[in-house]
Amino acid sequence: MTPILSISGLAKRFGGVTATDSLSLDILPGEIHAIIGPNGAGKTTLIGQLSGEIAPDAGTIRFKDADITRLPVHRRALRGLARSFQITSVLRGFTACENVMLAVQAHAGHSFRFWQPAATQAALRDPALAMLARVGLAGRADVPAADLAHGEQRQLEIAMALAGRPDLLLLDEPMAGMGPEESARMTGLLAGLKASHSILLVEHDMDAVFRLADRITVLVYGRAIATGTPDAIRADAAVRQAYLGGEA
Amino acid sequence: MLDILRRIVLWGGLALLCLLPMLAEALGEGFYITMMNRVLILALAAMSLNLILGYGGMVSFGHAAYLGIGAYTVGILAYHSDAWFGTESAFIALPAAMLVAAILALAIGAISLRTSGVYFIMITLAFAQMVYFFFVSQQEYGGMDGMQMWSRSDAGPIDLSDNASFYYVVLGLLLVLLYAKYRLVRSRFGLVLRGIRENERRMKALGFPTYRYKLVAFVISGAVAGLAGAMMANLSEFVSPSLLHWTRSGEMMVMVILGGMGTIAGPILGALAFLVLEDVLSEITQHWMIVLGPLLILIVLVARRGLYGLLDPKGEPK
Repeated sequence: MTPILSISGLAKRFGGVTATDSLSLDILPGEIHAIIGPNGAGKTTLIGQLSGEIAPDAGTIRFKDADITRLPVHRRALRGLARSFQITSVLRGFTACENVMLAVQAHAGHSFRFWQPAATQAALRDPALAMLARVGLAGRADVPAADLAHGEQRQLEIAMALAGRPDLLLLDEPMAGMGPEESARMTGLLAGLKASHSILLVEHDMDAVFRLADRITVLVYGRAIATGTPDAIRADAAVRQAYLGGEA
Repeated sequence: MLDILRRIVLWGGLALLCLLPMLAEALGEGFYITMMNRVLILALAAMSLNLILGYGGMVSFGHAAYLGIGAYTVGILAYHSDAWFGTESAFIALPAAMLVAAILALAIGAISLRTSGVYFIMITLAFAQMVYFFFVSQQEYGGMDGMQMWSRSDAGPIDLSDNASFYYVVLGLLLVLLYAKYRLVRSRFGLVLRGIRENERRMKALGFPTYRYKLVAFVISGAVAGLAGAMMANLSEFVSPSLLHWTRSGEMMVMVILGGMGTIAGPILGALAFLVLEDVLSEITQHWMIVLGPLLILIVLVARRGLYGLLDPKGEPK
């Protein structure tokens, strides 16, 4: 199978710190590929480079058979690479529905339309409502994002990422700050996306990772020390040594 | 309750604005028409600044540049009215002022919008100062002293030299542009602009080339400020670098903040309050800023959305 995302020889240094160290990695279509690793392993730096916010020092990133290493953030998003943020990043002054409508609008051609009111346009509102229903926020469409519970804001993030019908989702700790109940709901939501999307999942919640992931890559000091199925990773001696501390 | 009060204030205010020349005439206080002309023109300028400051989150500290260049465009075209390119026609001079201001905004915005935060504030201020000193050095156009115009622009059947007619032209322009802005901030473009104010990084990740949208808003804002400048030149029949001084940019920001950032009617309330306060207080003391300063702080602390926010505390424009 041709990988949907192919990273090769990626490197990034911040001063003396190597955040990404000649990293090579393939994400296959339809898989959930989890990236785990201790704090400071370079997980968020990797997401930053994939989404285009951080320019790598070396290496290439290929997405759907095209080199996107130097593309700006918005161009990658329009090609079908959507992301969520580690720290919830929704438009707090907008309603849940408006947040998703903007995500729909981003993929509906240019927005140099100055006259017709946007709020009532069915072409934006209908897909947005459908997406909210899909992540379980059907009844919350007209609530300002700032008034949503933390878990609901995380769900909203997923709805915004999904609205552009992306081929690959980059999810940066979607369970961060969630209680067990919310976390279980998010796990169910992500499991349901598996059929239609490839997902690169950075997550600290090991229960969720081992339940969801098809493959796991373990990152330590910017290097991939192991890649494999959850069972293989659980059994890997180097991983136990470096990260799981032998208890998993 | 507050809803009704707001309607009374806004519609009553509009009715007053429409009847003002007649009222002033009846009271025998023609001075008020000139005063209100200034208010409405500066309201137009503040409204244009509000588009980028209030809705787009771009703290431009150089808005006087567009006001000034609009005024100078009218002044210079009139000064050369004997030459092939000179004109005193309002139908050419006003669009020309908007065009020149838009081009200046395009050039300044294209560079400034690559920065953000404090750097953006400083670089817009620096560009405006460059334009200021450029006109100070133009001896042909009066340099520091500015230049007198022979008359107001010629608007065909409308006699702009009549203060009341002039007033209605300004009021008409203001209302048309207010309605256009009302439509604009609710359009797809407006939604993107407000989204950028809320969270630009998120907007990029959604797929919006945010720089382009900010630049277009910046240019629209500059063009409208240029129109305000053109009307200002016509009102006083005088153009000078004082229109371009950085304190002008500050005054416009004060009007926007006083009236209510990111609200449709706010800049008008702000311009009115600012000029009335200036007028009243400067009769008492020449250090009228001593009173205005604390008042502004109070407004910012108590009513975060300015005077308009007092009428509509929780309403967010949709």
